[in-house]
Amino acid sequence: MTDTLDKSETPASERTPPVGRLKRMTRGWSWRRVFTAKTLIIALVIAFVGYLAMVPLAYLLYGTFYDGVSITFRFFSEAYSAYGLTEMVLNSFAYAIGSTILSVVIGTTLAYLTVRTNVPFKGLIFTASLVPLIIPGILHTIAWIFLASPRVGLFNKVLEPVFGPGVLNVFSLGGMMFVEGLHLSPLVFLLMYAAFRSMDPSLEESAQMSGARLPTVLRRISLPLAKPALAASVLIMMVRALEGFEVPALLGIPNGTWVFTSRIWRVLNEYPASYGQAGAYALSLLALTTVGVFWQSRLSKRGRAYETVTGKGFRPRPMDLGKWRWPAMALVFGYFVLAVVMPTLILVYASFQPFYAMPSANSLKTFTLHNYAYTLTNSQTLGAAQNSLLLGLGSATGVMFLMAIVSWVVVRTKIPGRWLVDNLTFLPLIIPGLVMGVALLFVYLRFPLPIYGTLWILFIAYFTRYMPYGMRYAASSMYQISGELEESAQTSGASWWQTFRRINLPLLMPGLVAGWIYILMVSVRELSSSILLYSPGNEVLSILIWEQWENGQFTELAALGVLMVLVLVVLVAVANRLGAKVGVRAD
Amino acid sequence: MLQIDNLRKTFDGSRSERRSRVLAVDDLSLTAEEGQMFTLLGPSGCGKTTTLRCIAGLEHPDRGDITVGDRTLFSDERGIRLAANERGLGMVFQSYAIWPHMNVFKNAALPLEVLPRSRRLSKKEITARVERVLSVVQLDKLMDRPATNLSGGQQQRLALARALVMEPPLLLLDEPLSNLDAKLREEMRFELKRLQRELNITAVYVTHDQVEALAMSNKIAVMREGRIEQVGRPREIYERPSSRFVADFIGTSNFIDGTVESHETGDLYLVDTPHGKIRATSAADLPAGEKVAVSIRPEYVEVEKGAVPASDAVGRWSGVVETRAFLGESVDHVIRVGELEMRARCHPSLSFPPDTEVTITLQEKMCSLIPTDE
Repeated sequence: MTDTLDKSETPASERTPPVGRLKRMTRGWSWRRVFTAKTLIIALVIAFVGYLAMVPLAYLLYGTFYDGVSITFRFFSEAYSAYGLTEMVLNSFAYAIGSTILSVVIGTTLAYLTVRTNVPFKGLIFTASLVPLIIPGILHTIAWIFLASPRVGLFNKVLEPVFGPGVLNVFSLGGMMFVEGLHLSPLVFLLMYAAFRSMDPSLEESAQMSGARLPTVLRRISLPLAKPALAASVLIMMVRALEGFEVPALLGIPNGTWVFTSRIWRVLNEYPASYGQAGAYALSLLALTTVGVFWQSRLSKRGRAYETVTGKGFRPRPMDLGKWRWPAMALVFGYFVLAVVMPTLILVYASFQPFYAMPSANSLKTFTLHNYAYTLTNSQTLGAAQNSLLLGLGSATGVMFLMAIVSWVVVRTKIPGRWLVDNLTFLPLIIPGLVMGVALLFVYLRFPLPIYGTLWILFIAYFTRYMPYGMRYAASSMYQISGELEESAQTSGASWWQTFRRINLPLLMPGLVAGWIYILMVSVRELSSSILLYSPGNEVLSILIWEQWENGQFTELAALGVLMVLVLVVLVAVANRLGAKVGVRAD
Repeated sequence: MLQIDNLRKTFDGSRSERRSRVLAVDDLSLTAEEGQMFTLLGPSGCGKTTTLRCIAGLEHPDRGDITVGDRTLFSDERGIRLAANERGLGMVFQSYAIWPHMNVFKNAALPLEVLPRSRRLSKKEITARVERVLSVVQLDKLMDRPATNLSGGQQQRLALARALVMEPPLLLLDEPLSNLDAKLREEMRFELKRLQRELNITAVYVTHDQVEALAMSNKIAVMREGRIEQVGRPREIYERPSSRFVADFIGTSNFIDGTVESHETGDLYLVDTPHGKIRATSAADLPAGEKVAVSIRPEYVEVEKGAVPASDAVGRWSGVVETRAFLGESVDHVIRVGELEMRARCHPSLSFPPDTEVTITLQEKMCSLIPTDE
């Protein structure tokens, strides 16, 4: 590293050889020049990123393959000889594949309708696309239990006269697929929306000019062209479904449909907790998600080969759906009702009830504000809110600041091995939240640092998990800043730190703020790492909802959920405003 | 062959604009004969691409008739509106729109493969026709290559092959050369012209490049703000622009303001200008006393050394060289005649240093009269 720093500084000194400094320069490198603030900061940052990304994985391997005596596969054979294991693996795949198919079909259809046709009420689709950001998975799942559980489900009551009692059962493999698929579909929508938007419309128009009718154009041109994006969506959704914890835990465990994540949670909550087995399951899951993520990134690289010469962007005429316009609108409307309106309404309804009862003329009379009063005065909820806020602010600020420096190292410098730093920041992306929880347990149960049982362990978990997102925001803004701005600050006499603080940070700010808000939002909703790492007295909001669900405090939970959703709505609105501003600046 | 009558097309204006509708094509009529290369030429936003897309069926006009041969493609009065895929025209897009997920052969074969079952050819015939059309554009050696591995020029030829494989009655070309580099563009210009002539294709060509238009077309329509400003053969357009806009848009021109003094024989008029008398042609009848501008191209301004002996000679004026620029193929001189600056393009063997007294001769056949904007 010393070598390159010398090299990169020599030309700069040749351009502006101040007389006083010249003497020092000609002496060649010295230790004093190597240990500047710049190199120290860079070295510290790289070490920190490396620590966060690598140590949990290393300990996970160590703890799973080493039982304190020798290297062993004991935990694997224990984990995989447990009763019902084949079924668990099959369930995991069935659940992931089912929810993926549902989400990809819904998301792709909506994206195509929005980009290329004159379907009315496109705004509803965009609103629905914000749902996974606004409604945490655990609330969404609970809302669907209220809607479609065999005993208290609202839909079942409505359908009862026709189909008999309990026709919809959300506590089943099918129910799990449906709820997860619905929750994932907006993500597919956003991915496919971008893909369809970036497709040169003249590719479809030239097929039309060649005499092809709409179905032929779709089959032979549009879908094959969207294939890379479709494949990427499928892989991302598979990974998401495999790592998902809320749906399998709330809907799967009651009827014994186990998957990897619920199994990991289970073996850690049994007495005695089997860390080795949890590690074995976690590593298997990690292997699966790693394959998914790498396959997806290879696909997206190959997708670039599909890029061709693009001409002037003639705005394509939205396709006239003709008589299909109203069926398409019904589809959009139905989707909006199912994905947004019903889950929100049922939560709001529940939050005003003294105890949970199915909506009826009677129950609507027993309106009460008690749950909100309880939520806003209870020391436990207030404590959890404080913890969530503290963790959210802390991890968002920490991640964005660190990633600002890391992105500078990766984008601007020529330090050898910077690609490694780049990849290290993205490494946590392959680690499911629950696996991260297991890995951090492994680290800090053995580590002398007294972190376990405090908020710090959650902080480290959030920090590590959201590093990749922070890096994406920071790096993409860093790429937009010309390196000359920085060089001109240097030739004006500013030191590295001064340049970073006074030139880079202000210019990066819009991107950093956007990333900051995103991380704030996702850490407030985080459940799957927290569930393994929290300790009583240190709950965060999502954990509190989980505990209230276990205790049967359905209506208090609903009130807390509604308040949380309101806060998230505000955050999303702020983020969108900022996003629009950043967009204007980029023009 | 192609007949357009009273075509009109408006778009929704953007929100920032006060006007709710933007007029893109305004009451446009034109006729292209069989075997012609008909060019729509104009600056960006003049409606030329919109006109082409209306012919293609990719835009729906508000009003008008479009007929190709004896087939009406669009008519608002008779309620005819054929979809793009029913029109059977060939089109080359500016971006070429080569389908990146297919190889060269598949790209060219698709138009034949999607024909209605009743008219579809056998596999063998399709292969034969695709091979034939690919050999016409010299891509027959690259048939199995993925389309994304083609160079710009090859993609362009493939787009052309795909548009021709159906043997369409009319070929539509939307700035097909604008994505090529200068050298290749010149090559493809002649190539395209040769193919069009050899295969006797009727084509509508859209471009903003005047050199391209002059080199390739049988007929040019210069467009401005949704209307046709002038239609004619390239030479007519170049030598006898009917308006200042056309003269300005195509090449460079000298403009000399004056008034018509008298009508001489044929289309020749005598014009009085502050710098002396001049003879010029006009297609339209002009009364004496009409204010006009004389337009003459720099290359028709002849320059010789020395002042004019008798300075009242018509079309021969004295001037002084102000600057000159050596351009390789020619030498440009700026010559001051009184208040007027005249640009003259001379053969490289003729070059006069600044401050040389010269005589310029304005050939009467090359001077055209255009109405002044007042």
